[in-house]
Amino acid sequence: MGWWPLPTRKGCTTTWQAAARVSLIDLSADLCGVRLRNPLVLASGIWGCCAETLVRAARAGAGAVTAKSCSLEPRKGHPNPTVLDWGGGLINAVGLANPGAAEERDILRAARQALEPLGVPLIASVFGHSPNEFCQAVRLVAQAEPDFIELNISCPNVESEFGRPFALDPEAAARVTEAVRGVYSGRLLVKLSPNTPDIVDVARAVAAAGADGLTAVNTLGPGMIIDVRARRPVLANLVGGISGAALRPVAVRCVYEITRAVDIPVIGTGGVLSGEDAMEMIMAGATAVGIGSAVHIHGEGAFARILAELKELMQEEGYRSLGQFRGCAHV
Amino acid sequence: MSRQPQRAHRAYRVTRVVPEGRAGVTLILDGAMPAHPGQFVMVWLPGIGERPFSLMDDDPASLTVARVGPFTSALCELAPGDRLWLRGPYGSGFELVGRRHLLVGGGCGAVPLALLAKVARARGHQVIAALGARTADLLMLRWRFEALGCQVMVATEDGSVGHHGTVLDAVQQLLDDRWPDGVYTCGPEPMLRAVASHVDTVGLPCWVSMERAMKCGIGVCGSCHFGDRLVCRDGPVFEGREVL
Repeated sequence: MGWWPLPTRKGCTTTWQAAARVSLIDLSADLCGVRLRNPLVLASGIWGCCAETLVRAARAGAGAVTAKSCSLEPRKGHPNPTVLDWGGGLINAVGLANPGAAEERDILRAARQALEPLGVPLIASVFGHSPNEFCQAVRLVAQAEPDFIELNISCPNVESEFGRPFALDPEAAARVTEAVRGVYSGRLLVKLSPNTPDIVDVARAVAAAGADGLTAVNTLGPGMIIDVRARRPVLANLVGGISGAALRPVAVRCVYEITRAVDIPVIGTGGVLSGEDAMEMIMAGATAVGIGSAVHIHGEGAFARILAELKELMQEEGYRSLGQFRGCAHV
Repeated sequence: MSRQPQRAHRAYRVTRVVPEGRAGVTLILDGAMPAHPGQFVMVWLPGIGERPFSLMDDDPASLTVARVGPFTSALCELAPGDRLWLRGPYGSGFELVGRRHLLVGGGCGAVPLALLAKVARARGHQVIAALGARTADLLMLRWRFEALGCQVMVATEDGSVGHHGTVLDAVQQLLDDRWPDGVYTCGPEPMLRAVASHVDTVGLPCWVSMERAMKCGIGVCGSCHFGDRLVCRDGPVFEGREVL
């Protein structure tokens, strides 16, 4: 974006001049060669179960949107209670409810058609029990030609059924990535778990296996909330993943460590509720910023609000583009 | 808009159980849940499940439950002294327009309208409550609307009580005469659409309360969407035109 001198009246700054200066701020981000008009990415699992709500998130200001994770076969997910606001964030055990990859493909097609004129890229999300199942689901979902496919190898809420998430083990994570890389030539993201002491090793392994980018991180935990009068855990699944404010410091640390170690771009996700949080995540090294629990706190206004705050903060601090402060916190 | 509850659920005890014919029961609880008419709560029975319910009354918090599945059956079996857990209230409420209100409820659609009737009557407004059901013993909350001083009209599909036919037939004349300042409706979706579309033709303000299978109740999961709207957060009360 070009810069041009603004005509000034002596000694006074008019509001339109202030507005013009703000508009000189470039919020766009480049994620694996795809232009995002702004860095905010609707995170998987929020609103993502139908085309209409994905499009609504885009209209509300999201720079890119991620659909809900789908598996090869449909899944009902866990019974309610599945999501709670416990005061410091959300805890959820939705249990990967989804209509299956074939139906998800149709949802993605409809979403893509509506998102294209808005210039908002679409990220599909896929998970499975095994590398082979990941590949089968990816093949179906790829037919909808999403801009990215994200591999969810890190859901903490289905361990009893799925076993340990692939994202907790560098080798297992690499096996899934490599398998999918073999059947899918499009842009591939892998969503990592914060629930491992070795997230950098996992990131390195996944990058070496062919991932184009990473999403960091999935929910923390699992955690548990007990109702003392009911004398039992509230979530029907007993445990669930923690997101929102409580997750942010963990997510920021993960993004910081990962981006120091690997070269591929990272969508920094976890508890970003304000423009300042978004700037923090980018300073930690994120190329784009995931938005999830903020949609609960602020409603669909979350995107516009966070963008306005980010813009204002950039102006205050004298930044004109995200690149001027991306990763600057690395010491 | 920001909410930071200390704990998600609040525990209540049932103080009174009012039978609602063959349809279900009304549970009167031992505390208040301040809410706008039309808002809903998530009701949790530990070990059984959690589902959304409209508040029939907010002080004391009261739920009217139609027996339709395992969860509602469990609610219907609660006795005075038993505990249940509520979180909320959530969602949008009805907006009262003018001083003459026509409430149109189908089956358990009468529930959110009962709280609306209470608020309208407390302001001294005129309320006509038109209640429809398949049969007489499936009618809900007639006693409540009568106790609040509403004029009650009844329609049953089998003609076992009141007007023989749909509740919309029963109120057609009132609408054509433009008696109400506002129309408020809740019930099965075909009924909602029929009412909203007729009220739209007449040119009166109309609000409908929608129902959807719901999980989180707080605008996150997206499971209760209709089109790009979320029933839990944008609704459950919508302007009539939005459902046409």
